[in-house]
Amino acid sequence: MRNTFRLPDTGRIDRGKPVSFRFNGTQHTGFVGDTLASALLANGVHLVGRSFKYHRPRGFLSAGAEEPNALVTVTRGAGRTTPNLPATMIELYEGLEAHSQNHWPSLSFDVGAVNDLLHPLFAAGFYYKTFMWPRSFWDKVYEPFIRQAAGLGKSPTQRDPDIYTSRHAFCDVLIVGAGAAGIAAALAAAKTGAQVILADEQAKPGGTMLKEHPARIDGAPSDTWLHTSLATLREAENVTVLERTCAFGVYHENFIGLRQALTDHQADLPPDQPRERLWKVRAKAVVLAQGAIERPMSFSGNDRPGVMLAGAARTYLNGHGVCVGHRPVIVTSNDTAWQSAFDLAGAGMSVSAIVDVRDTVAKGLVARADRAGIAVFTGSQVLGTSGRLRVSSITISSPKHAGQKKIACDSVLMSAGWTPSLHLWSQASGAIAWDDALQAYVPDGGLDGVFVAGAGSGKFGLAEALVSGWRAGAHAVASAGFELTAQAPAFKVRGEAISSPATPALTHPQGRAFVDFQNDVTTKDIRLAVQEGFRSVEHIKRYTTTGMATDQGKTSNINALATSASALGVAPHEAGLTKFRPPYTPITFGTLAALRRDETFQPVRKTPIDPWAEDKGAVFEPVSLWRRARYFPKAHETMHQAVARECRSVREGVGMFDASTLGKIEVVGPDAAEFLNRLYVNAWTTLKPGRCKYGVLLGEDGFIRDDGVIARIAEDRFHVTTTTGGAARVLTMMEDYRQTEWPDLKVWLTSTTEQWAVIAVNGPNAKRLIEPFIEGIDLSDETFRHMSYAEGTIAGVELRLFRVSFTGERGYEINVPASEGLRIWDMLHAAGADHGLVVYGTETMHVLRAEKGYIIVGQDTDGTVTPQDAGLAWAIGKKKPDFVGKRSLTRPDMLLPDRPQLVGLLTADAGKVLEEGAQVVSDWSATARPLGHVTSSYWSEALGRSIALALVAGGHDAMDTEVTVVAGRDMASATITGTVFYDPKGERINA
Amino acid sequence: MRFSFLSLLRNALAGQSLWTPQWPQAEPRKEYDVVIIGAGGHGLGAAYYLAKEHGITNVAVIDKGWLGGGNTGRNTTIIRSNYLYDESVGLYDHALKLWENLSQDLNYNVMFSRRGVLMLAHSVHDVQVFKRHVYANRRLGVDNEWLSPEEAQAYCPPLNIDPGARYPIMGAALQRRGGTARHDAVAWGYARAAAERGVDIIQNCAVRSISRDANGNVAGVETDRGFIAAKKVAVSVAGNTTPLMDTAGIRLPLESYPLQALVSEPVKPVMPCVVMSNTVHAYISQSDKGELVIGAGTDQYTSYSQRGALHIVEETVAAICEIFPIFSRMRMLRNWGGIVDVTPDRSPILGLTPVPGLYVNCGWGTGGFKATPGSAHVFAHTIARDEPHPLNAPFRLDRFRTGRLVDEAAAAAVAH
Amino acid sequence: MIQIHCPYCCELLPEQEFAYAGEAHIVRPEDPGALSDEAWRDYLFLRTNARGPYHERWRHVHGCSRFFNALRDTVSDRILVTYRMGEAPPAPPSEEGGDA
Repeated sequence: MRNTFRLPDTGRIDRGKPVSFRFNGTQHTGFVGDTLASALLANGVHLVGRSFKYHRPRGFLSAGAEEPNALVTVTRGAGRTTPNLPATMIELYEGLEAHSQNHWPSLSFDVGAVNDLLHPLFAAGFYYKTFMWPRSFWDKVYEPFIRQAAGLGKSPTQRDPDIYTSRHAFCDVLIVGAGAAGIAAALAAAKTGAQVILADEQAKPGGTMLKEHPARIDGAPSDTWLHTSLATLREAENVTVLERTCAFGVYHENFIGLRQALTDHQADLPPDQPRERLWKVRAKAVVLAQGAIERPMSFSGNDRPGVMLAGAARTYLNGHGVCVGHRPVIVTSNDTAWQSAFDLAGAGMSVSAIVDVRDTVAKGLVARADRAGIAVFTGSQVLGTSGRLRVSSITISSPKHAGQKKIACDSVLMSAGWTPSLHLWSQASGAIAWDDALQAYVPDGGLDGVFVAGAGSGKFGLAEALVSGWRAGAHAVASAGFELTAQAPAFKVRGEAISSPATPALTHPQGRAFVDFQNDVTTKDIRLAVQEGFRSVEHIKRYTTTGMATDQGKTSNINALATSASALGVAPHEAGLTKFRPPYTPITFGTLAALRRDETFQPVRKTPIDPWAEDKGAVFEPVSLWRRARYFPKAHETMHQAVARECRSVREGVGMFDASTLGKIEVVGPDAAEFLNRLYVNAWTTLKPGRCKYGVLLGEDGFIRDDGVIARIAEDRFHVTTTTGGAARVLTMMEDYRQTEWPDLKVWLTSTTEQWAVIAVNGPNAKRLIEPFIEGIDLSDETFRHMSYAEGTIAGVELRLFRVSFTGERGYEINVPASEGLRIWDMLHAAGADHGLVVYGTETMHVLRAEKGYIIVGQDTDGTVTPQDAGLAWAIGKKKPDFVGKRSLTRPDMLLPDRPQLVGLLTADAGKVLEEGAQVVSDWSATARPLGHVTSSYWSEALGRSIALALVAGGHDAMDTEVTVVAGRDMASATITGTVFYDPKGERINA
Repeated sequence: MRFSFLSLLRNALAGQSLWTPQWPQAEPRKEYDVVIIGAGGHGLGAAYYLAKEHGITNVAVIDKGWLGGGNTGRNTTIIRSNYLYDESVGLYDHALKLWENLSQDLNYNVMFSRRGVLMLAHSVHDVQVFKRHVYANRRLGVDNEWLSPEEAQAYCPPLNIDPGARYPIMGAALQRRGGTARHDAVAWGYARAAAERGVDIIQNCAVRSISRDANGNVAGVETDRGFIAAKKVAVSVAGNTTPLMDTAGIRLPLESYPLQALVSEPVKPVMPCVVMSNTVHAYISQSDKGELVIGAGTDQYTSYSQRGALHIVEETVAAICEIFPIFSRMRMLRNWGGIVDVTPDRSPILGLTPVPGLYVNCGWGTGGFKATPGSAHVFAHTIARDEPHPLNAPFRLDRFRTGRLVDEAAAAAVAH
Repeated sequence: MIQIHCPYCCELLPEQEFAYAGEAHIVRPEDPGALSDEAWRDYLFLRTNARGPYHERWRHVHGCSRFFNALRDTVSDRILVTYRMGEAPPAPPSEEGGDA
């Protein structure tokens, strides 16, 4: 029975291009221009899915993005599995492979359907009322069962091989929807030379024109008008036409997100092409021409396969040349569905009946039906349908037949009116008003720079679309600052489809009529919610889950609202409306992430010396955005062994360390010293040029924010260093004070972090290593003592040399222009063999500094530590009246004696290296007082034992006290000491 | 009617006809002992505990909209108590213990799901910070454990532990008792249980101002349905605290920021637990309905618009795809925003105010849902006794003067 | 994503070029040492957090790097006006703008 539903002469598919595809493993044929839905219908396949809760058999409800039932999983090779795609939106391509979802063992026989038999137990909100006893069953039995039952398709299990992209765009007028209204708007706007983007979610622009029998516009067939208009637009340099592009959200100030599908419709995936593109469009004006969505009728059994929207049947017929059934019955409350009856009858189908809930219908319609030999039942309601996997009959109440009538059929085509698509209008903060004739909301009033046209504005029909579209385009382009002088075309339309969607308010049945098809919400559920006191539409939505399925209520919201209103005994507009939230249709995560993926997720900052470290097999660690070499293992060395070796070599010979990530800020100007004086705790005005000082920076709350060595290069010039992660923060803070608090100070700031490569050379042989290469600086200890600064050259390269040490050994920090960093590094490294040189990483740096009690801001401090707490009170300039954070240091809590203070800890067992983060408590007992935590802890190769730093309550006055250190079940005894473990007299600095 | 399988069965046989409203539509009376402003989980819960534990039932909970419509119904429902400071752990673990029995206590299944909360460490600094959390929590007997990357992946199979990742996973802290709950059910369950004990729940009634008498004490509230006298007024309105407290002449150290969340389309179970990453700024779990529930950081500016920017969503989803590359083809179904009120130390303000008879519960930032039962419980105590419960005493307003902050953010977020 | 007019670059630019910098016109006290704990707390922590027009600071961090002031409606998020540091703050409009 292949393709018996495909009609020979209708439709807008490419019959010259047959396409084969598989659904649930069965091979079928369709044509280019088909959707998966139309192709399946052409093959007589209506059963395509199972519903969420009751696992009821389901077919196609619609022919568009609003589809709640026909969701499938498409697979095309490893990693390319996409669940929950509406078959109505999948373009057919050769080899397409799709599967239905949410059933076991098979689509036609699904064990889950037992839920349907038990539906009285599973009414709205049932899960809030049970599964509570016994308590432990929730985690172990009930919830796993619920979770397994829920969900539709399956998540992909492999990494997505596709790539995605994004771009910004700026235009004068963005038009959403390329139906008649959108195209007319684009034609108008384009005439002015304005930049226009016309976006449509479908593969082919045209909207409803592609779904109806051709009409005539200004004398030409509508298809010709469409073709010509699109050609005009495509040729215009100022117009961009985007197909397969859905406007999914309107954000602040006409900022609109578009999702453009690029490859999913192609049979052969082009290599290295993005699958989708995110457009971020800033438009001066927006025209919304999104059209309207048809509503299902609420009646018992309205969800059987074969029951669908009347307009969808017309789309399949006129768009794809597919009849959805040979013996359809039309069920409607408005005129538009009559067109479906006439079109199908005209295509040779035997339309069994038109059932209209209205008592009186326009005489012309009835006469046309009579001529087509279609039985008409007015004033009738649907009482139910039958058929297990496909509708086979419908029962109606018929005043004429004094009771009920059962009509055999193979499809039921329904329409309860049309709902203008207000999603984007509403997201843009547009007001809405209830339209009683439409039984739907329509846009109310205007909005700056946003214009609505066509059915989306509540005005239906081709002529109305063209006229309102042109008008909206003219208004939009005018609001974007362009003048439209061209006259509007006549837009004389003949032979257009019946378009009046006026409908009476519908009464809602008591039976199991589905409102939200995918989430299995019935009118009964909504009534039950109201009965249980859920009176706000948001409550009803959340209690019943209506409108929360993957279609986000596109077909169900108004029916749910009407049912709620009737249960509440109020008019629909008094019941309110739930909020429209983005996106309009679901948007792929990959598209949102776009280029932020893998190495471009966030940039990795690398130093000039990084290639050398990589070449030498360094193990790296991420530190803020940087990657830094953590240690340099020799063959088969563990981290512990490598670090011990690196530590030993630095203390015995010399070590080289890439310190280029240190933040660097040049502070220049006559008031530079005063500026630093006000910011940092230290006194700067007395620092002589050629000297350095260790600086501590607080926030106004008095807590340590950053630290670093600052050199005075000249009277009016400082070279400030910051922590690696703190550079940007410190510069921001400096700029803040400079620009807003002290604009009178003559001082300028420049970030120089990336200008300088920094090579720290530490160890007793440090001077011997560097001296031969340095010119213009006297390195003798008399003139260049510890904490000195000088400028000269190294191997002919500009040099800023610091005599500083973060290890306790004699130390130099060589700053050279970044471009020369690697060369100087290589040169020193080559010369190092004679001096016992080792290259060390951050881990060894951490050990060596901890042996000396030098703190790491962010490790030994945590944003709650004052200089006094950290033992840095000595750094505070005692004579300064003020500096940032000073006032906070005398707040009551800062003066308490039991604040956590930084101390050293020595374990009783010298071999025991404490865990960082381990808790310091007063003793071994269960009632021990908490005192603090271990901030830094290492094996000290120099001391042959473990060392640790800790923040301990009142620690500064508790030297030699024994404490207990707890890390989970692990406990150890330790003694509180000072923080300097190695070379307490500081003699090594000149060794 | 008491909820049970039996009541479901009886209604199934009776065409659901026996169910009655879960809470009545109350009209405001002239006077109450206590008026609670804000019918979210915190406010309704406080009313419930006032009635249940303190015998105070002449209580109204007033909301400008529908109950549970603020942050209670907008958050990503993560529940955990593995905070750093003992003060925080005390409060949040009190909440966690109440969560464990809340369905039974309220006779309303709030679907508290102990599926575990995994917090990812992506750097040596993260490892140090999270281990400090683990050991601090364990010292207090609160569960929290350290997992290697492999153990983390065993617990959460979709996790990408490739050491070559931009932010490699260097380990994770796991609190097994943590999890999620059904947010709406929390509001509804408290509302039903409070109403059953005589509390009036008044929806769609906006409070215009808090009134004080000649002595400066609280006198009641002006609403758009008239004046309601009250001996005590308790404010529990999250993002809208500042404008409301301004009417009582109280300024609080708060700023209101937009916070966005999003869900994917539903899929079969794939995420067995909650995963959070502070470094890449994202958190994720899977609802019982099958949706991936994803939260982001706040937008940068203060706002009352309940609307966030697209680039925050882009960044958040990129972060999720970085940790879970298999989710790249999943699709965002719904995205929304809430308003969170943030204090300087990212800890709540919970207790008395300088105005006698006026109490405030605010400043929960992005994490108030998890505290709901605990916060409501101690807030009720504070209102009933006119003094803080020991668990919320550290969260008094005065800490901003003394400097005794409970700075969870500073302790966790300062990188070096 | 809102748009911000930088009063120094004189251009309307996307939010992502800017960094928010909190409430405007909070001046650091001349002599913090003379302040009571209460007054210092107010300077450190109290912000208007207005619902409606709000004077606040932004920094054109990925541009000219300058701090400037703005009056923004926190209900619609729209920036009503921006002005340079040191300029007098414009009065908020008499009616609250924006959607609720």
